[in-house]
Amino acid sequence: MKRRSFLRHASHGIAIPSLLGAMGHHQSSAQSLQKLLNLSNTSDKVLVLIFLEGGNDGLNTVVPLADYDALTKVRPHVILPENSIIPVEGTDFGFHPALSGFSSLYSEQRLQVIQSVGYPQQNLSHFRSTDIWMSASDSTELVTSGWTGRYLEDLHPAYPEAYPNPDNPDPLAVELGHGASLLFQGRAASMSMVLNNVSSFYELVQNEESEAPDTLAGDKLRYVRLIARQSQKYGDSVINAADKITDQRSYPEDNQLAQQLKVVARLIAGELKTPIYMVSLGGFDTHDAQVENSDHTTGEHAELLQTLNDAVMAFMQDLEHLGIDDRVVGMTFSEFGRRIVSNASLGTDHGSSAPLFVFGNGVRGGTLGQTVSISGNETYEDNLAMEHDFRQVYSSVLSQWFETEDAMVNEAMLREFGQLPIFGTPITTAIDKIAERSVTLYPNPVRSQATLEFVGAASQLDINLIALNGKRIAQLYHKAHPGGEFSVTFDVSSLKAGRYIISINANGQKLFKHLVKA
Amino acid sequence: MGDFKIRSGQYREKAREYRKVEPLDTTNARSSVSGTNYRTLDITAGISPYVGEFGKRQQAHLIKRTQFGCTPEALNSIAGLTLSQTLASILQADSAPSPPVNDYNGADELGIDPDIPFGETWISAAFNEEFEGARNISLKSWWIRQMLDQPNTIHEKMILFWHSFLPIQVWDVFISKASYQYAEMLRRNALGNFKTMIRELTLDPAMLIYLNGAFNNREAPDENYGRELQELFCIGKGPGSAYTEQDVQSASKILTGWTLNWETLENEAIPTSYFEPWLHETSDKQFSSFYGNRIISGREGEAGAEELDELLEMLFANDESAVHLARRLYTFFVYNSISETTEQNVIIPLAQIIRENDFNILPAIEVLLGSEHFYHEEIIGAQIKNPTDFTFGYWRTLGLPLDTRNSSEAFLSQAGLLWQISQIGMEIGDPPSVAGWPAYYQAPQFDKSWITTDSITNRALQTDSMVFWGFYVSEDRQIQLDILSFLERLDRPDDINLMIEEVSVLLLGITLDQSQVDLIKNILLTGQQNDNYWNTAWNLYMQDKSNIEYQNVLLNRLRPAFQQLLQQGESQLM
Repeated sequence: MKRRSFLRHASHGIAIPSLLGAMGHHQSSAQSLQKLLNLSNTSDKVLVLIFLEGGNDGLNTVVPLADYDALTKVRPHVILPENSIIPVEGTDFGFHPALSGFSSLYSEQRLQVIQSVGYPQQNLSHFRSTDIWMSASDSTELVTSGWTGRYLEDLHPAYPEAYPNPDNPDPLAVELGHGASLLFQGRAASMSMVLNNVSSFYELVQNEESEAPDTLAGDKLRYVRLIARQSQKYGDSVINAADKITDQRSYPEDNQLAQQLKVVARLIAGELKTPIYMVSLGGFDTHDAQVENSDHTTGEHAELLQTLNDAVMAFMQDLEHLGIDDRVVGMTFSEFGRRIVSNASLGTDHGSSAPLFVFGNGVRGGTLGQTVSISGNETYEDNLAMEHDFRQVYSSVLSQWFETEDAMVNEAMLREFGQLPIFGTPITTAIDKIAERSVTLYPNPVRSQATLEFVGAASQLDINLIALNGKRIAQLYHKAHPGGEFSVTFDVSSLKAGRYIISINANGQKLFKHLVKA
Repeated sequence: MGDFKIRSGQYREKAREYRKVEPLDTTNARSSVSGTNYRTLDITAGISPYVGEFGKRQQAHLIKRTQFGCTPEALNSIAGLTLSQTLASILQADSAPSPPVNDYNGADELGIDPDIPFGETWISAAFNEEFEGARNISLKSWWIRQMLDQPNTIHEKMILFWHSFLPIQVWDVFISKASYQYAEMLRRNALGNFKTMIRELTLDPAMLIYLNGAFNNREAPDENYGRELQELFCIGKGPGSAYTEQDVQSASKILTGWTLNWETLENEAIPTSYFEPWLHETSDKQFSSFYGNRIISGREGEAGAEELDELLEMLFANDESAVHLARRLYTFFVYNSISETTEQNVIIPLAQIIRENDFNILPAIEVLLGSEHFYHEEIIGAQIKNPTDFTFGYWRTLGLPLDTRNSSEAFLSQAGLLWQISQIGMEIGDPPSVAGWPAYYQAPQFDKSWITTDSITNRALQTDSMVFWGFYVSEDRQIQLDILSFLERLDRPDDINLMIEEVSVLLLGITLDQSQVDLIKNILLTGQQNDNYWNTAWNLYMQDKSNIEYQNVLLNRLRPAFQQLLQQGESQLM
């Protein structure tokens, strides 16, 4: 037979079909030596991306307590009661009351808050901004591949033609909940295996059939689905991985995100060599009814954050139980945050940057960046300024977590963005030397005299007492600390009852402590 | 008389050089899966005129069964018509196409045909061993082009029906102009009279080669055609069939003497067949009780040719012939297996209509496609798309472009499509055997035989390619699907729910369940709950279609959504 080609698939690739597992035409391009060398990457680290669809309200997720009064002024329709906000020790912000688990993860330094992540010239369209986040493009450019897609493609330039193979028996990426997303589109091929939803995973693993009508057509449909399932390229490897794990910690039943993460944990623990997963939770587009009028700690946003919190907590506990907690990290992202000023429908409209969470034993913990500052004079058009480019976060993930060399990171990012300290051993700084856990404030709540103590490296110290309207009430300390034990006592008997923040600035690095005046 | 003679299959080795895809063995798909035998459900509805709702769903059903796919335009063209008006518009003969030409010179390493200049037809060219292959592909490519360019009528589907029912195998015949004549004969008689069709088929040069009729003579009888004439074409193997080996032998004797004018095949001429008296068996031919113990008396000289008419008259006088034709029509156009109830309520009365109309085919088709049986809920969507329904259906419905007819680029893409459908089991012009494609006769698998782990992967690959990347034809030509233009052809592309519904009616066999619809919506909305986001994105595009950002926002969602949609099992049904 002459091997002349026929109606070839034009660009060299194919998206990975959901029902059928990965397969496709991919014309091998000349592979650079560097790319081939990269194939030897055998890290067993896993990244789980959690897409919060719709634009999560950052200001009600990570609340800047120092500006609480100003916040009340500009977003009266959604403001959380001050006493409901979970204070995050060592910071001047608090978490939404639904995020109690996040709070404990934070105190265990297993969750890191990255403040004000976004990109220049924010696009307020869901679709466009999602594409920007997934493609890691500027808002002014159109890129039709995703950042993880490009990364995986660079690692596996021969994919999908020679895949699966003995070295790479498993899907390169698994996404749950959607069709093949832009995130995993490489320049030439799509790199993910798609499981449409959690039930399609169980259908695959348990060899179950989805319902078909009891008709002649239904009979044909069942047959087509059966054969389609048999043809799934990665079906067996997923089944094998799933079969190895029979004992998992419990996940909340009616929590859609938790059920997705349960599948992910099972596959990771079952030794599926897949480095990247994406799961998603929809509904963050809270233009209205973000909160209940009668109680702002309830409503759609509270339910979503509760879902997120419970899912992540169950996932973390299960990872630990399965003994894989050291090699898995998770990261949330959302296409944008929401407007500073709330609207009369008890909601918030599309905004710009927002905080992002990275969690897992591998993260440094703590907070990156400044707590956002609200003046109280913001108008409807105003948006939060960006502090971290989202591609700095991606770059850090690739470089610090997957230990990817810089050239490849920049190739996946399309250019260089620099990095943030997210993973690995913390770099020693004055503030780190203070060691958050050594900071004690007593008594707390306090009526008159309070003492602040810690052990820290030599540094220039500046300690202030701040009210929730952001105003400095008193400077408690302002001079060099020679290193070692530090202690300062001050009197608060003249203050009104309520919450206050003590800001500790050591050589420019900040640490916060919450003080409650009884 | 020269030495030039070609036997069926003589050039199989040569054909292998041209065929880019090994014929898919759809017969061994059977048995690999247990418990998947066909299902018969007794529908009592018969051939009484359908009087129920004739809405888009029913209209689309009729169009999918009578055309390749269901284009928005085909659906619009019958909007507001009654069922009988619709049938009148669909049951029309198309005008005859101009014959295939040399469009292959220099294309795809096929060489330069020394006998036929580019653009000139080869249908009377002298035999050329080195170029018959290119011409055969040209024939198939031309045939495919007719399918893709079909008007909103049944004509092309009827030709495919006849081809699946009364097949030759082009690569076995090998002489391209003979196969063209066969295809032309099918086209000419597609909506005509079955008796005329069988007579012409019997004397068709390609068939005389294919089933060795040209070599059937008094000295060396060859029963091949005499057998298939009864077993496959005119009588069948139904429960009422009882022809005997003697009947096969007698029919074969009657057919002796009909042979080819080989010079017309070897040289520049239109191929012809003729009756050669000295090759004819002149003895009387005795038939069994199945044919009423009929004796067709042997005749000498030119009069021997008249025996054929007597034979055909005897075959068509047998009750089983109309029943057989009715069954074949039913299994192709309606459903694969025939229950006892269907036999009584559809097949028997349909056969009667065929007889009453002296085997003119249209009245029976009109009754069948207008019957309450055809529009029964169980029937809609209960066929698995054959490769032409699948590939050409999407090609036409989604509106993939084709180059000007008879150009090199058009040839390349049509030939590409030939291998595309071959890869999923249906090389037009070459069914796996004289019985046609197993989907239409092979119990218990029937149309399930189209679906194997291999073919379903390739089907998905085709639609994925369509949706995401398009097809590579040559350096200068890549065929891309313009999903946005397709959506613009719909009634309500701006309304996400109506759009999905409309697309499903056009592209799928049965309705998606709500969870599947939600999945597609979820992809189109990137998880947003507000349907208006789609509307906004669409309207932005419509206000400024050249805006690449607006295009991309839609395409980044439409591509994975259509990928999903076309991978649903429902997309394999019609």
